[in-house]
Order: sequence, then C-alpha cells, then structure tokens
Amino acid sequence: MDDKERAETLKAATSKWQRGADKVPAGKTCKAYSDCTTSSGIDVKLLYTPEDLGEMDYMRDIGFPGEYPYTRGYQATMYRGRLWTMRQYAGFATVEESNRRYKYLLNQGQTGLSIAFDLPTQLGMDADHPLSEGEVGKVGVSVSSLADLEVLFDGIPLDQVSTSMTINAPAAVLLAMYIALARRKGISADKLNGTIQNDILKEYSARGTYIYPPAPSMRIISDIFAYCSKEAPNWNMISISGYHMREAGCTAVQEVAFTLADGIAYVDAAVKAGLDVDSFAARVSFFFDAHNNLLEEVAKFRAARRMWARIMKERFHAKNPKSLMLRFHTQTAGCTLTSQQPDNNVVRVTLQALAAVLGGTQSLHTNSRDEALSLPSEDSVRIALRTQQIIGYESGVADTVDPLAGSYFVESMTNRIEEEALKYIAKIDELGGAVKAIERGFIQQEIQNSSYQYQLEIESGKKVIVGVNKFQVENKPFKNLMHIDSALYEKRHKELAAMKSHRDAAKVEAALAQVKAVAGGDANLMPAIIDAVDAYATLGEVCDVLRSVFGEYRPDASF
Amino acid sequence: MEQKIRVLVAKPGLDGHDRGAKVLARAFMDAGMEVIYTGIRRTPEQIAEVAVQEDVDVVALSCLSGAHNTLFPKVVDLLKEKGADDILVMGGGVIPEDDIPFLKEHGISEVFGPGTPLATCVDYIRSHVKKEA
Amino acid sequence: MDVKLGVLAGDTRAVARAITWVENGDPRGAEVIRGVYASTGRAYIVGLTGSPGAGKSTLVSRLAALLAARGQKVGILAVDPSSPFSGGAILGDRVRMFDVALTRDVYIRSMGTRGALGGLNRATRMAARILDAAGFDWIFVETVGAGQAEVDVHDVAYTTAVVMAPGMGDDIQAMKAGIMEIGDLFIINKADHDGADRTATQVESVLQLSMTTGWNPPVLKVSAELNTGIDNVVDTIERHHTHLVASGKLDALKIRMAKLDVLEILKARLADMMKQQLEQPAVQVELEKVASKQSDPYSLADIIFEQSWRNT
Repeated sequence: MDDKERAETLKAATSKWQRGADKVPAGKTCKAYSDCTTSSGIDVKLLYTPEDLGEMDYMRDIGFPGEYPYTRGYQATMYRGRLWTMRQYAGFATVEESNRRYKYLLNQGQTGLSIAFDLPTQLGMDADHPLSEGEVGKVGVSVSSLADLEVLFDGIPLDQVSTSMTINAPAAVLLAMYIALARRKGISADKLNGTIQNDILKEYSARGTYIYPPAPSMRIISDIFAYCSKEAPNWNMISISGYHMREAGCTAVQEVAFTLADGIAYVDAAVKAGLDVDSFAARVSFFFDAHNNLLEEVAKFRAARRMWARIMKERFHAKNPKSLMLRFHTQTAGCTLTSQQPDNNVVRVTLQALAAVLGGTQSLHTNSRDEALSLPSEDSVRIALRTQQIIGYESGVADTVDPLAGSYFVESMTNRIEEEALKYIAKIDELGGAVKAIERGFIQQEIQNSSYQYQLEIESGKKVIVGVNKFQVENKPFKNLMHIDSALYEKRHKELAAMKSHRDAAKVEAALAQVKAVAGGDANLMPAIIDAVDAYATLGEVCDVLRSVFGEYRPDASF
Repeated sequence: MEQKIRVLVAKPGLDGHDRGAKVLARAFMDAGMEVIYTGIRRTPEQIAEVAVQEDVDVVALSCLSGAHNTLFPKVVDLLKEKGADDILVMGGGVIPEDDIPFLKEHGISEVFGPGTPLATCVDYIRSHVKKEA
Repeated sequence: MDVKLGVLAGDTRAVARAITWVENGDPRGAEVIRGVYASTGRAYIVGLTGSPGAGKSTLVSRLAALLAARGQKVGILAVDPSSPFSGGAILGDRVRMFDVALTRDVYIRSMGTRGALGGLNRATRMAARILDAAGFDWIFVETVGAGQAEVDVHDVAYTTAVVMAPGMGDDIQAMKAGIMEIGDLFIINKADHDGADRTATQVESVLQLSMTTGWNPPVLKVSAELNTGIDNVVDTIERHHTHLVASGKLDALKIRMAKLDVLEILKARLADMMKQQLEQPAVQVELEKVASKQSDPYSLADIIFEQSWRNT
C-alpha cells in the first residue's frame, strides 16, 4: 500500500467507525458529564486519529527536544538532567522574618529565593503612605529603602544565590537597590543572578498594579534591558506573564496569544531603542498558569514554545538559538481553588501541576488548598510542595521527555491552539501591537468577556465545579488560617522616620533631582536610580519623582 | 413610579484583582440594577462620598489584599458620619471565616466568599434593600 | 431630612435623594422642584457629547478641577446608556473622575438612560434644576452622542461642546447631519496623539459649510490626560456665554428651556395616563378587536384619547 492508499483506507475506516459510534440510543447523549469543550471553547471530538494531524511534519512542527522549533522542550535531556525548580513564592511581613526564612531555606539546600512584596511596595509607595494602612506586610514583605534590603539580605551571599523578585511597575528601583547593596558588599552587577518580573503590560490588562502610563513604562523597561545586557548579563530582566490574565478569566488560547503579543511588544521596544535582539532575548522568560483542563494545558505549553521560537526567528531574525527558546515558570491556577470543601483543592493542584510538568515547565509553584480563604498556612504550603515532590520522584512522568508527544489528540490540540492564538496576534498587530491594543481596551474587554462567560457557565451548571455547583455538602469552617498583625503599619512608620533622620538630606535631594533630569531626557535611567537609592532615597520618593515627569495611568473601565 | 436599585461596586485597598468585582457588576446590570463602578484602589473616604453623591441603595465592597478588617468598617463608619447608614454594605473577596463575625459586628451586613453564585448576591440585594413605599 | 431645605442649603445627601426621586418619577420629586424652582436660573449649564472613547469623562473631570480651584461649585451629570434588555446599566464614568470625586464643591451623579432615546435620561433636566437650586455655579451634562439621534443634550445646555479624538475624522461626514449642528465648540481631545491636526482640519472644513449665526464654533485642541488646553476650553465657554447674553439669545434660550421643562412633564403625565387607560378592562376587549383586525390601532387610539380628556 502506498501513502495515498493508506490515507484513503484510514479515512474510510474512520468514517465507518464514526457512523457506528454515532448510533446513540434516543434520549441519551454522548456528553454524559460535561459539554466537552475546552476553556477556549474548542469542541473536543470523541476520537482523534492520524487524520486529525493533517499536513503535520514531524521535523518541521515537532522536532527534537533542544532543537528548533522546541515544541518538545528547550533542553535535550529535560528532567533527566535536573527536575524543574520547585519555587514556592512566599512573602513574610517584615524584612527580619523574611531574612530568617531565607537563611533557613538556604541551609536546607535551596539556592533560589523568591520574594513576594506587599502591595504598597508593588505600587511604589512607602510603608508610611496613608494608602498603605492595612496593607503593609499583608501579601509580602514591605521594602521602602535600601536600609530594608540590607536587613532582608543580611548574611546572604548575593553572588551565590539566585533571587527572584515579583515586582513590576517599580522594578527598576528594586533592581537598583539590589545592585547598590551588592556593590557595597564588593560584588559587581555581572556576578548577580536572579529575575525581576518587570512585565507592566499585564498589569494594565489584568493585575492592576501599574503606576505610569504605557509609553514611559515601556521606556523604563527598555532602559532596564539595555542596562542589564551590558552590566548584569546573568540577570533575567523580564518574566512575561500570562498567569494574571488567565487568573482574570481569559482562556488558554487568549493566555498564549496575549502573553506572546506582550513579548513581541517588549522585544520590539528594545530593538527600536537600538539593542541587538540577540544581546538580550536569551534573558527573556515567561510565566504561565496551569488550569484545570489537563490536556488543553499541556498542548498550550507546547504550542507557546513552538510559536515563540517561530516569532523570534521569523519576525525578529534572532540568530542565537537561546533567543528562540521559551523558558517558563508555572503556577497552578489560584482562581480554580474553591472555598467550599477546600481539601479538594489538593487534587486540583495535583492535576494542574501534572499538566505543567507534562508541558515541560522550568519551574513550578503549587498553590495551597486554603488560598481561597486567606494567605496559606504552613501546613497547606507543605502539602503543596509535597505535591510537586510526589510528581517528580514517584509518578515517573519525568523519566522521558515530552511524553504526550505523538498523541493524536495532544498534537491536534497543540496545532489548534497555535492557529487560534495566531489569529489573535494578527488582530493585535492590526491594532498596532499590544500597547495600542491595551490602550484601546481590546485585551481587557476580551478577558472580561471570557471571564463573565465562564461564570455564567458555572451558574447554569453547564460547567461542573465539584463542591460548588455539584456534589455540595454543608460547609465546615476551615481552621488554622494565617493572620498578619495590623500593627505593622505603625512599626514601619517609626522605622522610616528613623532612617530618614540619619541620611544625608542634601545628597538625597541632589540624587532625586538627577533622576528627574534623566527621566525628562533620553539617557538610561538605571545609573541615576542606583545613585538615588544608594543615598537612601526611598522607593516612594524615587517613584514620586518619576510620577511627576511621567504622570500616572488612568484606565478606562471595561466590563 | 419606577424604582431602580442602585449599587456601588467598590474596590478599597491596593490589590488590582477586579475580576470578581466586574463579574458582579455585570450580573447586577443583567438583573436590572444600575451599577456604579469605582475602579481599583479607592480609599474608604472616596467610597463613602461617592455612595452618598450617587444615592445608592447598596455598597458592594471587594478586597483581595487582606486589608478588609481595616477598610470595610471604615466605609461603614464614614457612611454613618454622613448620615447615610441606611445604605446596605456587603463585602466579598478573600475573607477568612474567622473574620466574618468581626465584620458583621462592624456593620457589614453580609460577606460573600469566592464561589458564591451570582444569583445569591442578586437575591440578597433584592430581599434586603429597604425601598420606601 | 427635609429634602427641599437640604437642596437649598446645598446638602449633598439631600441633592442626591432629590435626584433619585425625580429619576424614579416619585411625586416627592415634583414637590421638591416646586419648592426650589424659584431659586434656579443662576447656574451655567454646559453639555458635553461625543463618541465613546473620545475622553469626555477625563475632560469633564479636568474642567471641574480647574473651576473648583477657582472657587466655583461644579455639578456633573454623567449619562450612560441603560441595557435595553434588562433595564440595568453599568455607569463607569466615575472611574476616570476620581481625582475630583473628593474635591469639595464637586458633585457627580451617574445616570442611566432608562429607555429614553436621544442620549439623556428623562430626569436629567430636572436633576440640573436641583443642582442649580443647590447653588452649583456650573453644571456639566456629559452624554454619549455618536450620531444623529443623540442630540438631546443640546436641549438641556446653554453651551454644547462636541468632543472628538484623533482618528475619528472619518466619522465627521456621517455626523454632519446631526451632532455637527449642535456644537457651539468642538474639542479635539488627545491632541498629543497622531492625527489631531488632521481631525481638527476636517472638522473646520465641515463647519465652514454650515456656518451662519454670528458665532463661529471654535475648534480647540486639548489633552485631558496631560491636562493641557483645559483653561482654553473654559475661556471659550465663557466667551460663548458672553455672546449669548450680548446677542439676546440667552433670554430666548431660557424661555425655550422653560418650555421644554413643561413639555417633559406633560409627556410623562400623558404617557402615564395613556398607559393606565390601556390597562382598563374595557380596553382589553377593544385591543382584541385590533388584534383580530376588526378594528385598527388609530381608531382605538382616538377613542382612548377622547375618553381621557373627558375624564379629566
């Protein structure tokens, strides 16, 4: 039989089988438990066969791990070489407490620190700002000046750890503090390892912790890219995040599309600012969500990897293979956690974590079962970490690379997600790119619509959420929750006042004036910000100076 | 005479997670109510003042940053100061069970956690808004 | 709370409640209007209209901030469409007005259109009277006006400003028949964006064709976002005010406003009366005849109309 005959035989056999399977007795349905569509509204068929792969070419579309287009993963050996990094994002209210915890973790053999900041810090406000009341130390550590960072990293060798900071709008200031601190310890920036999230676009479209309007924000980011590619070549200067858009309610397809569109905007801005794409693209990383639909999620990760490789090669003509590789961190979907029967969340997190691992993630955060109720308790955090360890050490899924490749369904879904996401990217290109699309509210509106749709499907029972709209029980209150002292605001007030009384006021003033001057011109902002924080100018002071030059972002509301 | 229920959907606190607030706003609109939305990061002072200017029947507060114990009661107190204590104040977001009695003592009429069906919130408003005859 | 006295004293809660009453058609609203109408006529009412996305809310909040800084009291009535299906509405203008929300002497009220066509709510006129009586110096009525139908704002304001953004120039030809005719001034917002000059030129060229009345509607370029050109808008409104006074048009306008105030009330009353008539048991029989084509809607309307007059 030649290929053509084979294809025809398959086609005939498939359609014959299909006719048999379609003979469902009257009154019954072939969708007994769900509507069989994915989060992206893709209809899932009863059966997938080689026919569903169409014109797919193994070498062109799938290839080998560590080789273009990286569908199967960016490393040849994947988890055989090393398991993914189990990186639990955590914030502790005070710098002292956090420092103790970091030292403990380092003594336990962990080499990566992941810092969660509280909301005032994330918004470039000092802990003594009136709006900080009730918020200081709530969702992470409160940092207002270099003095805080000195305590936070006391006794920690900055040249031997990798530090991940979840910080966006004021990322330049926090990075500047880290560099200034290292410099005082005799460590130059090129010895530093770590990541800043630094992804402002998703703040506008989903997460809400923005400060300045898009144009100056993009300029700050390009300045960070330029500075790091020269002075801190090991620093991961951005983690482009689909996570928060997914959490805000978008679909898997939209998550891929909007994240990569944001990525295109950042690369574009840096290239337009005069950087060679290969000088920075290898330090660009990504951050995705792992949601409930296991196989759609696996396909999503694979599609994203392939798409980014093609975008970087075809659109930006990157030459360095490392520039083409999409490396990503994953967090399980916080929005899927239910306050009803919270122990069920352990199972959800397990399946989501499995999707991330089967999709080839580089690092993973697993959520705790009680996060729909409060910040997680220690017991719950431990179960979440154990979940990763059980997948890694007991389940066997890490033993071979990209184990689901070649599944008719998974490959077909990978293709489909790529196709649909490309349509969105084309639409965003048409609007003038991600920045313009956000300014016009397009991305926000798309997310909003999906989110409302999802909620309506749950309410109508079309989508089943176990324990919420089916299999409910009387809710028992969940005990052992974590509480944070609200008196922190006062404590931080006093600390800041004391710090300010000891610093050289004239030096601070001069350094802030310099930041203002540079912000009004074209030069790179980073050196001036480093000098300012080195003189103990506070986070709020530096951000206020930038606010005075750049203005503040005022969103339109979309519903 | 045609009375419409007017609801202020407000986000006190610094978190930017407005998914829940916006979904609720849409559900209230679909239920025939007039919804005024504040946008994120509003102070209790702003929220109370807007509630009075807009003469709303309900203030629906959403906070996911953990600052609810500080911020929600403040809104209630400020409304009282302005002589607007007839406005129904309800809360939602990530709120631990243990905090609910405290919030209720401080004038929050009901607290709705994640996963509350939209219809529950809508029905709650319909049955609790004091409409003058 | 005595709402009438509260309104006259400028009390926020009383003003807000009075507006709710007139919006709901509550008889107490009519009582308040009777009691305060003599104190109206001092406020200057400005209408702002334009397509969604033109930046009207931000602009109006900048205008309010500027005027408040000059010691003026400013009231804003922001009208957004209600859903024709549920009757509900999401009134989102506030999101962009928070800078002035706490400024003393600025009052903002969001209104849904509640089924009215023309871009206004049926109670917007009376809400403006309440703000006027409460001592507001300026009243801005902000509404979406995208085409020929949504021009009612012109009937509530002394000066009407049409707000546009760059890139909307292509709509101008389509707008010519409606919204272009109501503008006493045209504001090209987002003047820092590409295409602002082109849009301004397009507007000017259309205006030259339709110009007649002794007032040349100026075309202003501003950026509400960057807060530039706002004082020029205020100056222009004041110039237009002076022009209306000098030309005697303002007095004519005030008579027209009075007429429209009465008309609005009459329309509401008649509509209520007719709706009641339609619910009468006797009318049901007649309706069935219309449905089965033994009668026609005009004949039945004539009967009902005559009977209503006889009853009153």
